[in-house]
Amino acid sequence: MSELRGRDTLLRYSTEVRTNHWLNAICFVLAALSGLALFHPALFWLSNLFGGGTWTRILHPFLGLFMVLLFLALSARVWDQNGFAASDWQWLRQWRDVVGDREERLPEVGRYNAGQKLVFFVSVGCLLVLFVTGLAMWQSYFTVSDALRRPSSVLHAISALVLICTILVHIYAGFWVRGSMHAMLRGTVTPGWAWKHHRAWFRQITHASHPRAGSD
Amino acid sequence: MPLQSLDIIRRSATTSPSPEVRGAYTGTVAKLIDTTKCIGCKACQVACMEWNDLRDDVSTNFGSYQNPADLTDRSWTLMRFSEYENPKGDLEWLIRKDGCMHCADPGCLKACPSPGAIVQYANGIVDFQEENCIGCGYCVTACPFDIPRISKRDHKAYKCTLCSDRVAVGMEPACIKSCPTGALVFGTKEDMQEHAAERIEDLKSRGFEKAGLYDPPGVGGTHVMYVLHHADQPGLYAGLVADPRISPLVRLWKGKAKPLSLAIMAFTALAGFFHFVWVGRNEVDERDEDAARADLEGRRKPEMRT
Repeated sequence: MSELRGRDTLLRYSTEVRTNHWLNAICFVLAALSGLALFHPALFWLSNLFGGGTWTRILHPFLGLFMVLLFLALSARVWDQNGFAASDWQWLRQWRDVVGDREERLPEVGRYNAGQKLVFFVSVGCLLVLFVTGLAMWQSYFTVSDALRRPSSVLHAISALVLICTILVHIYAGFWVRGSMHAMLRGTVTPGWAWKHHRAWFRQITHASHPRAGSD
Repeated sequence: MPLQSLDIIRRSATTSPSPEVRGAYTGTVAKLIDTTKCIGCKACQVACMEWNDLRDDVSTNFGSYQNPADLTDRSWTLMRFSEYENPKGDLEWLIRKDGCMHCADPGCLKACPSPGAIVQYANGIVDFQEENCIGCGYCVTACPFDIPRISKRDHKAYKCTLCSDRVAVGMEPACIKSCPTGALVFGTKEDMQEHAAERIEDLKSRGFEKAGLYDPPGVGGTHVMYVLHHADQPGLYAGLVADPRISPLVRLWKGKAKPLSLAIMAFTALAGFFHFVWVGRNEVDERDEDAARADLEGRRKPEMRT
């Protein structure tokens, strides 16, 4: 994105966070595709991407496990910044202004807006459920009773559905808000971007006592 | 065409029709297990391992004639021994040959995600095609009778085939062949029901008033049926399920949830696409950049390079 070059930029995502995010994203895509192959026969052809049905069955739990571990590390870093405040509820109530691109009417946003926080907490919840129920379904290594494995299978599918839909929204939002994708890829945003989308965060980091600005 | 069955009425994870021109026009088949005639000799177990070339590990005695303790990937049938003290205070030794029941509505087939790993033939036999099995164990999760077992060696699911290879060429299953008391009989399902009715009448005349046929309707009936002396209490026979059916959870998971989930995901993706078509991109313009700069300059200069 050439318009960002040669201009002041603010550091939004550190190299560590970006690396973790994208490893997470890769694991998610692979786990989702392999999981969908096992979930719906209409998508069984996706198992070809993993070397056939048996390899899909072997790999899927490990991909999920890597994702959970990576997300654990990511969430430890961003947990504190995702607390809900009164302004976040106001932001959510004004969801029409959000999707209608009328950002000026919304309350000032800190480092993360309520939508991003929601994505975070839905991911935490879904991954927790997917992890526990996934272990119950992992028959190569774990043996549990049918009474436990049956509800686990249903919950695994439901939480996967919720997570996939949430991440679809997350991906689209990253594409829709120009500059977000660059922020997660290269780490920086322009002052104008921060001013428009995360004004409270902009003020916080450009305050003299918090010289966290950088240049790319 | 030889070596091809052409009578597949259902195939796992498949929505288009399978080759099924050959029907079971002389009737579907059934194995009838008369628990009242069984002496627990285990000839059927031996016949099964002989015909199918299976050799299970030597097991340890756990205080019962039952051996091995449970069905395994290499023990597709098993005599289960139960000691029951009836209301008169007499001991009844109830012996039930356990194995796949070959449900008309098989939970394993419903749950299987791999196309063609489980098939149901027109004659009623439910067969695993292990070369298509991916080893996920969903059949284990779905089976109302707890029958399939995943091999520790090749991670494929195994169970009784009802000797589909023998039946296909007009022979009866190996276990039937070996039974010395006639407790095991094989024929069309209709014939087996008639035979069972005669047996039940006889049992009732001899004091077993609750004798009856076990052909559970919850799974559409089975192609392996039991004659029980206590048909009112199937649980006496090593926990035989009284009213087996595919669990509602499995029905949800491998039923309505599938198209519904796909629809929701497709809707979400389309909603994003059309949001872009209708609203367009959320962009930062020069006014935002100017405002940000003005704000910065209005306050004390932060440590930014310009």
